Amino acid sequence: MAAPVINKPGAATSTVQSLTLGKALNLGLRAAMEADPKVLVMGEDVGKLGGVFRITDGLQKDFGEHRVLDTPLAESGIIGTAVGLAVRGFRPVCEIQFDGFIFPGFDQIVSQVAKLHARTLGRVKVPLVIRVPFGGGIGAVEHHSESPESYFAHTAGLKVVSCSNAVDAYWMIQQAIQCDDPVLFFEPKRYYHSGFMKAEVDTEATPEPLFASRVVRQGSTATLVAYGPSVKVAVDAATAAEEDGHSLEVIDLRSLSPLDLAPVFESVRRTGRLVVVSEAPAEASLTSEIAARVQQECFYSLEAPVLRVTGFDTPYPPAKLEEEFLPDLDRVLDAVDRSLAW
Amino acid sequence: MSSAEQWTHPEPREGPAATAAAPTAEQVIAGLRATSEGGPELVQLLTPEGERVENPEFDRYVADVTAEDLRSLYRDMVLVRRADREGNALQRQGQLGIWVPLLGQEAAQIGAGRALRATDMVFPSYREHGVAWCRDISPKDVLGIFRGTDHGSWDSQAKRFHPYTIVIGNQVLNAAGYAMGQRFEGRVGDDDGEATMVFFGDGATSQGDVHEGFVWAAVYDAPLVFFCQNNQWAISEPTERQSRLPLYQRARGYGFPGVRVDGNDVLASLAVSRWALDECRHGNGPVLIEAFTYRMDAHTTTDDPTRYRHSDELEAWKLKDPIERVRVNLVRHGDADQDFFDSVQAEADALAADLREFCFTMPQPPTEQIFNHVYAEASPYLDAQRDEFLAYHANFTGGEH
Repeated sequence: MAAPVINKPGAATSTVQSLTLGKALNLGLRAAMEADPKVLVMGEDVGKLGGVFRITDGLQKDFGEHRVLDTPLAESGIIGTAVGLAVRGFRPVCEIQFDGFIFPGFDQIVSQVAKLHARTLGRVKVPLVIRVPFGGGIGAVEHHSESPESYFAHTAGLKVVSCSNAVDAYWMIQQAIQCDDPVLFFEPKRYYHSGFMKAEVDTEATPEPLFASRVVRQGSTATLVAYGPSVKVAVDAATAAEEDGHSLEVIDLRSLSPLDLAPVFESVRRTGRLVVVSEAPAEASLTSEIAARVQQECFYSLEAPVLRVTGFDTPYPPAKLEEEFLPDLDRVLDAVDRSLAW
Repeated sequence: MSSAEQWTHPEPREGPAATAAAPTAEQVIAGLRATSEGGPELVQLLTPEGERVENPEFDRYVADVTAEDLRSLYRDMVLVRRADREGNALQRQGQLGIWVPLLGQEAAQIGAGRALRATDMVFPSYREHGVAWCRDISPKDVLGIFRGTDHGSWDSQAKRFHPYTIVIGNQVLNAAGYAMGQRFEGRVGDDDGEATMVFFGDGATSQGDVHEGFVWAAVYDAPLVFFCQNNQWAISEPTERQSRLPLYQRARGYGFPGVRVDGNDVLASLAVSRWALDECRHGNGPVLIEAFTYRMDAHTTTDDPTRYRHSDELEAWKLKDPIERVRVNLVRHGDADQDFFDSVQAEADALAADLREFCFTMPQPPTEQIFNHVYAEASPYLDAQRDEFLAYHANFTGGEH
């Protein structure tokens, strides 16, 4: 195995690097594989090619073909064999090539991954991670731009997280791999290689807990809640609103199941107004769940109904229409205006 | 409504769909033809009449089997059949929600189960009570699944017998992954190598997961024995609804050997399973075994086979009973006397009585079992949901719910 290419304590180089979200994931995976020889990476094209998005670039070269598996092309096979490997004591990290291709593996995820621990009354753990590049905005053909996270948040036994930035990407993937429960890990593919999303990642820092939301921008007029690619939309909206004299608080959920809503409740009790932003269709979704819980916990604090800015309740449209489908700054600000005018 | 006579009069009928869907005479004949003979490729060491026949390829895998061993295999089969019949009776008496009978498949399961070593891993479907028995799992540990108190109470890691899998075919991929792990850990390649055996039925061979399991095991050279019990019926659908060609021949298309064994012949099942496991231990896996057998009872206690299969077929298979041929062989060679058969029967009856007593005294599972173990790590949200419900529940203590 070749020497790993990350910074070590005492090394001459700084432990702080400027990384894209994709590169941060790559280094996070590398760190996890170095820390635990039972960690495997498996999926379609993840070896020599480094994945279609290059997130696993160089891992097979350094860790070998038995730790970075170019699998046959079948998603149920990827997930189903990962279950067996986990039962054997490995910690598989599966890559699903695109969000819309996870459904052949849905049966294994819901029937085996999610339920094996409960079925065995805790005797068998399934510590596997399923990485899913998700969301739109890349001008792709059908099945390459979807946001299926609510299906998995709905399923007991699974944990679901989504990173929105490079720092979280680096740490959250490692924490997900260390978790003894199965974790669906949703990555905002649109921002994998965006230079403007580069961030300073300190590989020696102490990370925040995995299953915790975070206030990314403080405010007092209204609260915006988002996750994954929608966090940037929410932050941009808050920046624009500032010019109109509106102070918007932005919360990045980070964990979608379990939901860490205490900071959201605290915020809504102060602002009285909540707008939830997500690319996924609204009906029976995570945004519905958040609205339900907030009305239950913050009933007397709400000055307006919880509003949602989401993808529509339609199949994901052809690429020339996707910018109209996806929540953007204007739609978020419109929702804020409606909330304030209530 | 579902007499066999109806099937010989396939005129279009009106009436309920279930009746209208009864097979035509042609289908019945095709089914009988397909299921009554295993074909020339069938590996058989004990004929239905109890005669030991030579097989140059597989004899050596049972050359060490003594008369005592054969008596032991007989005992296994009688005990698991008796426990199975008790399970069926307990369901009929309302003590179990459902029972999944193994009647007729004792030889396939005991032969395979006794070929396994303690270090091997097993992934069962949900009818493998006989294999469970061979893994030192009491029928009591299986009972909770069907009484509704748990999903199986054995320690699947310690016994190396995975929980029953009910979604058809899922376990085949899980087994392929486990076997890949055995190979990645270097536990394959010599006489002490490990292997995995996965059980599924003829119906499961149509599932994508089984085909994907074949692909995965093949390309990773996994030490995996695919043990397909072809019991001729997937609930109401005959094997001809699943495949044009004999199931064991599918292996060739995936690049590994397939063998059809007489699943009602415990000695042949033992021999072929030992051979297959041996191949896997030495790194020559995977291997497919098709155990050609017959589901003598219903799919489950909710099923009514008289709606879809001819009673003649059942009668024909009774003549190939897996237990009787061993009994005849033992008697013919003077390897067992009446005292032996009586003592096994007495042991079987005691096992059944004990199982019945256990069933009646199984406690109601605690309410918090609904919530516990959903996650390996702490789950404050679920804990709160549990506590809220338990507090609500406690309001009714001693009163009417």
